[in-house]
Amino acid sequence: MSEHKITLTVNGREMSGYAEARLTLVDFLRDVLGQTGTHIGCEHGVCGACSIVLDGKPVRSCLMYAVMADGHEMTTVEGLEGPEGELSPLQDAFWENHAMQCGYCTPGMLIATHTLLQDNPDPNEDEIREAIGGNLCRCTGYQQIVEAVQMTAKKLREAS
Amino acid sequence: MPDTTASQEYRYITKKRRVTEDRRFITGRGNFAADYNLPGMLHVAMVTSPYACAEIKGINAEAALALPGVRYVLTGAELFENINPLLSGLDLPNVKRIPLAHERARYAGEWVAAVVAESRHIAEDAVELVEVDYNPIDFVIDPEEAMNADAPLVHPQHGSNILCDKTWVWGDVDDDFEAAPHNLAFRARWSRCSTIPIETFVVTAKCDEGKEMLDVWASIQMPKYPEQIARALSLPVNAINVHFDVDVGGSYGLKRGIRQTVIVSYLTRKLRAPVRFNEDRLENMSGGEMHGPDRIFDMEVAFDDDGIMHSLKIKATDDAGCYPGRAPLQLGKPVSAIVGPYRIKSASYNAISVTTNKTSQEAVRGFGQAPTNFAIEAMVDKVALKLGLDRDEVRRRNLIRADEFPYRIPSGSEYDSGDYHTVLDKLQDSAGWQDLIAKRDAIRATGKLAGIGISTCLEPSGGNSSFEPFFNPKNDTTTWMESCLIKVDMLGSITALMGTSTSGQGHETLLSAVIGEVLERDPDTIRGVHAESLGALPSNSPVGSRMAIMLGGAAAGAAEKIKKQLLEIAAHNFQLPVDRLIYDGGDISVDGDPEKVMNWNLLIDIAHRQYHKMPLGSEPGLQAQHTWEVPTGGALPAEDGTVQMYPCYAFEAHIPLISVDPETGQVEILDYHMGHDCGTVLNPDIVRGMTFGGIAHGIGAALYEKFEYDEGGQHLSGSFMDYLLPSSHEIPHVEMIKHYTPSPLTTFGQKGSGESGYLGAPAAIASAVNDALAPLGKSIETLPMRVRDIEALINGQTE
Repeated sequence: MSEHKITLTVNGREMSGYAEARLTLVDFLRDVLGQTGTHIGCEHGVCGACSIVLDGKPVRSCLMYAVMADGHEMTTVEGLEGPEGELSPLQDAFWENHAMQCGYCTPGMLIATHTLLQDNPDPNEDEIREAIGGNLCRCTGYQQIVEAVQMTAKKLREAS
Repeated sequence: MPDTTASQEYRYITKKRRVTEDRRFITGRGNFAADYNLPGMLHVAMVTSPYACAEIKGINAEAALALPGVRYVLTGAELFENINPLLSGLDLPNVKRIPLAHERARYAGEWVAAVVAESRHIAEDAVELVEVDYNPIDFVIDPEEAMNADAPLVHPQHGSNILCDKTWVWGDVDDDFEAAPHNLAFRARWSRCSTIPIETFVVTAKCDEGKEMLDVWASIQMPKYPEQIARALSLPVNAINVHFDVDVGGSYGLKRGIRQTVIVSYLTRKLRAPVRFNEDRLENMSGGEMHGPDRIFDMEVAFDDDGIMHSLKIKATDDAGCYPGRAPLQLGKPVSAIVGPYRIKSASYNAISVTTNKTSQEAVRGFGQAPTNFAIEAMVDKVALKLGLDRDEVRRRNLIRADEFPYRIPSGSEYDSGDYHTVLDKLQDSAGWQDLIAKRDAIRATGKLAGIGISTCLEPSGGNSSFEPFFNPKNDTTTWMESCLIKVDMLGSITALMGTSTSGQGHETLLSAVIGEVLERDPDTIRGVHAESLGALPSNSPVGSRMAIMLGGAAAGAAEKIKKQLLEIAAHNFQLPVDRLIYDGGDISVDGDPEKVMNWNLLIDIAHRQYHKMPLGSEPGLQAQHTWEVPTGGALPAEDGTVQMYPCYAFEAHIPLISVDPETGQVEILDYHMGHDCGTVLNPDIVRGMTFGGIAHGIGAALYEKFEYDEGGQHLSGSFMDYLLPSSHEIPHVEMIKHYTPSPLTTFGQKGSGESGYLGAPAAIASAVNDALAPLGKSIETLPMRVRDIEALINGQTE
């Protein structure tokens, strides 16, 4: 099967590699570009573990082919830290609230709530639950994730 | 409500402390099995049987092997010739389990051949090209039909579909039933579901020919994993190195991929290249053999006019699926809490494990206790209903009282400690029981259905797995130890090794807190390490809700030895007896003479470099190990059919308020209150999280999750479109209150909490649904109580 050269911007860095037309974006990120922070859970768009931000919107990278992402810009969990590796307020709140256990769904949860807070810096509990409604977690029962997002929003409010 | 602990005597444990492991997960730097990419690695995809049962007459892999990039096609026949059958929990010599179907495929989705190729994609392409010549034969899906004399046999050599049928009678069950003025009987059904992690099972094996070593990276949570690989492949255990530093993406008991591991381990040796098998979701759900208990309960209870329960009969018929594995033993753990938290003086238990043409069962959170708790709690609710008593009052009258511990139940286990009435009182106060009733009645007044649920359940913890010898007399295992090795290096930092992987339980955090507590050193400076199997001491892995107890106990024991060595060094240098010295934060001073002090760095330096200042004959360096036998372990089951199982018993009480839409049957959880007592809490955030997660699992089992098979034996729930996992919309905010009754058997009074929530939530949700249906005079005893089941019941069809 023929391979296509793909160039995209991941977390502000231009990266390129070759992919067959049938390679999903998440496989390309993980196996070709070595960005293994984004995880694979179901490969049919339900669990949200593979969520990334593509051109400002959260998408499921298992439901896209890598060739479709050619030339696009994306943020993955590896891109949430600051330039010196400092944790974002959201990451820090996930840590403070122990908003995870096994950590497998966490990249997707961070992407979903990161996008939420960009659009809505002061979400209520229903809005937080709505934002993570497409991301499955089997460890936490979601409660500490909700608490982490609430804490982040509060901190961001106090800082502004 | 923030957690507070009854005891403030500790420095580090019981306190809010960030979880060490979390940092790597929030930055995308976890080390999951699929993140290990080895040069030249080959990939596996599975050819699966389309039939519920079929003879495999031949496999033609020619076309598959001709596809560029395909390296090998492995069949069950080849494996059968070259490996030993996998271990079974029972003594069933005629039921042989080979990782790929051999001669006969026994369920739809069973792996028949493994295709190995240079990429997963090519392997999947080649799967389509493998031609299997099947001869479909009769099969059986229903476990009760499977017990009929004329049922098709899943394992003809075994001669029956019954894997195990054992009955125990503890106490005067017949007399107690005779004497009691009331009894009732009913059937309850816990359907096949599972805790399904978001990560599937992944394993990579690499044969290092230079070292003659098999390296394994796997998302594993299983006791004796290296030993099981060694037995299957006839290798010495010291030729296998399992890298336990792989982060496991959720497990909850399930991730025991020994079949998967044996396949890739065999292949890497055969093909002389690293081999990975990364299950896709369908492989995981249909062929991964990770389904949970699938159980029919026939319950009978004898009780008096006051609702006091005197005796209990349980018949549990469990559908193990096609291979026994650990499934029959999941009928065993409930023996440790067969009467729940109640003062029921006699009980009988008939445990039947049946094989059918479905995927096999694996260990699931609670190891059979959640289904049993559900059946027991349904029983208590029925007693209350029959007598017209309140459900909470019947519980209160039957719960074991705080002054009765330790309390020996009829089946022989001694409950260590508890204060069930206080937890229930605190929970009802905090939940506002009367307000909840008013709220429920207000909803009912609007024409909707509404119900309050209640459950009071136990979590046996500590992983004394004496159900093994209890169910299989040929198995005389009486220890389920856990170990910790502590090294204090020359510059004074502390490293603690454990021989097991983590799937989210926070073991590194546990080790650092416990060792920090004993040695009075800052836990943030202490590193817990998931050692390679060859570098670690014996472990039984994080099963049976045991690590806070067992790894915590092992770590504390090793830390005490380090402290003792430090004191001996100081005593030698001060020329004073140890009892004249004071240990404070790692520094040691002379009692009454605080000027005379040897600090941590000096003591470490002496241990590592200045042997001339060491006590005569002592071992240089500073390291200690402790392997701890599980409390109450060490004995075989008694001749009279009683057995001491798990050492510690945590208690949980749940009170949900739900509404049910009478048109659609849709359940909405409006409030959820939970009271929890797992003794001393080592890390409040970890215990909260596990409990909330367990409740979510329990809500899934109660309302949504089921592995469905059709009449043709086809599995219908192989994806997340068909197997419904609860999301943040279905799972409510939980108000949890804590109580702390320490265990007298453990280092700090801790009990287990790894299964908390899951052990009481299904029962509580079922109780709430039935309270909602009560005004209609209806009830439902089958889980999951799906929308369509509830709707059908409301609209006239009885179950």
